[in-house]
Amino acid sequence: MKLAVASGKGGTGKTTVAVSLALSLADASPLYLDCDVEEPNAALFLRPTMEERREVSLLIPEIDTDLCTACGRCAEICEYHAIAVIGEEVLVFPELCHGCGSCTRLCPEGAIHEVPNVIGSIERGQAATISFAHGTLNIGEPMAVPVIRDLKRWMLADDTRNRPVILDASPGASCPVVETMRGADVVLLVTEPTPFGLHDLRVAVEVARDELKLPVGVVINRDSIIYGGVDAYCEAENLPILMRIPLEREIAEGIALGKPLIAIHLAYRERFRDLWRSLERMSMAGRDASYTRKAQRS
Amino acid sequence: MKQLVILSGKGGTGKTTVAAGLAHLAHQTLDIVLADADVDAANLGLVLAPVVVETHDFTGGRIAEIDPETCIGCGQCAEVCRFDAILQAGDVFVVDDIACEGCAACHYVCPVDAIRMVSQHAGRWFNADTRYGPLYHAHLFAGQENSGKLVTLVKQQGRLRALDDGADLLLVDGPPGIGCPVIAALSGADLALIVTEPTISGAHDMERILGVAAHFKIPTAVMINKADLSAEQSDAIEATCATHDVPVIGRLPYDPNVTVSMVRGQPITTAEGPVSTALREAWLVLRAQLDMGSRG
Repeated sequence: MKLAVASGKGGTGKTTVAVSLALSLADASPLYLDCDVEEPNAALFLRPTMEERREVSLLIPEIDTDLCTACGRCAEICEYHAIAVIGEEVLVFPELCHGCGSCTRLCPEGAIHEVPNVIGSIERGQAATISFAHGTLNIGEPMAVPVIRDLKRWMLADDTRNRPVILDASPGASCPVVETMRGADVVLLVTEPTPFGLHDLRVAVEVARDELKLPVGVVINRDSIIYGGVDAYCEAENLPILMRIPLEREIAEGIALGKPLIAIHLAYRERFRDLWRSLERMSMAGRDASYTRKAQRS
Repeated sequence: MKQLVILSGKGGTGKTTVAAGLAHLAHQTLDIVLADADVDAANLGLVLAPVVVETHDFTGGRIAEIDPETCIGCGQCAEVCRFDAILQAGDVFVVDDIACEGCAACHYVCPVDAIRMVSQHAGRWFNADTRYGPLYHAHLFAGQENSGKLVTLVKQQGRLRALDDGADLLLVDGPPGIGCPVIAALSGADLALIVTEPTISGAHDMERILGVAAHFKIPTAVMINKADLSAEQSDAIEATCATHDVPVIGRLPYDPNVTVSMVRGQPITTAEGPVSTALREAWLVLRAQLDMGSRG
């Protein structure tokens, strides 16, 4: 099963939950992908030994000035405004280029060829029985999605059907989160019982359940009785709350120093295994429901 | 007019709590305009109770749409697509809206003109009034692209308003991360305040966002939230900042009252307490750093 752990709001404990889940499933040799390529943190907790590294690049245009007639076709067709023609000169802005290849393909003079532009890297290794991989977007580069896409293509190429796969997402609800969730069987949203947590949970539910049609479960972290809005929302929306982690200074202090939750409180190992089993049931039910929908359509 | 942008790298370190507190403090002596540049998850409004004055639609990029009646199923579109966004559905091809990056490669290659590019209604942006000044904020619809473009729009609107009104300060609450929305939020800032926390993740992520600010040559200052959670990590963060020549302008203590005030919809600075005191002191330093006197 492939699980995406996401949140909407940042700092709710996605990595805390994902790391402890992976550690509690160590016997099943899980695969952990840290897809928060802007701020990858899981390696700080799992401390894997890295074995292989690849660069992530996009193919960007390079103009052959001898052939270029400055006709402006490339600038006209680029949807990202990554090429400008000023007088006789063609300017390329690599940070805006998505690497689609249209300019190269459509240049009437054949004056454009593509060169790789490195925007980040992906690495993989082992942390005991856990296979680990993460991506890193280079400083100053805007586009996270190609790094996530390469990371997933690299690590999910082999058959992972019989292994737990955990995808740790970035905060937010836009393209990097969608790229992480795509192809997952189930999504676990980690939230906190505050107005900010509730607002951003709603947004994350819109992406995972309403847009991507995936089954969604919820973990409430830093649980306290100050605010009941998240509980009420989950009940109204029929979202199962699969785990509650209390607001406890001891937990916060342990995590600050890089201790996984299941090392702070040993009892959590069994709780995380239960959490995984609940998610498996939801994933199965989700699959059955989608078969039923397809059958009804045809 | 000066522009102060609040960022963090890591999410959930307290950017919005700090932004709301600074808005309350700044408003006491200055005319300010606010912009919430976290368009995925805009939270500043939850504390400042904005009254929306105007709502505008945001049109993002375009995505491809294949007319199934015209499609001859040749598959050339799928061949040129580098985003795995074209799928075969029986005899014809269809676009995966979520994967499509709108490059139009398929539109140009289609031999029978079956593919057109369609603009996306990708979100909304708002102009609102709050007790501390006008607020510009936005909501990007679930799963949409172009968050950087919407951040730029929100900031631009806030900046124009600040210039029109002759305001002293544009205060921008930024998004987490280091990618396109963050770069859009940083653009044109006079100072970036990085809110971090004394955890190994907070320290790691702070160094990356400091790198981004340095890359774009934006001056920075750091504030450590929940500083007493780990004195060891807080000291390590101060040491890192010292090597980068970045001032640490405040250590806010861990205080459950921060959550209580958020639930009440009040900036933490409206009540007395250790966090409130630390933020007041930090604001004086920030104001000096921005080279802004007070008005009267």
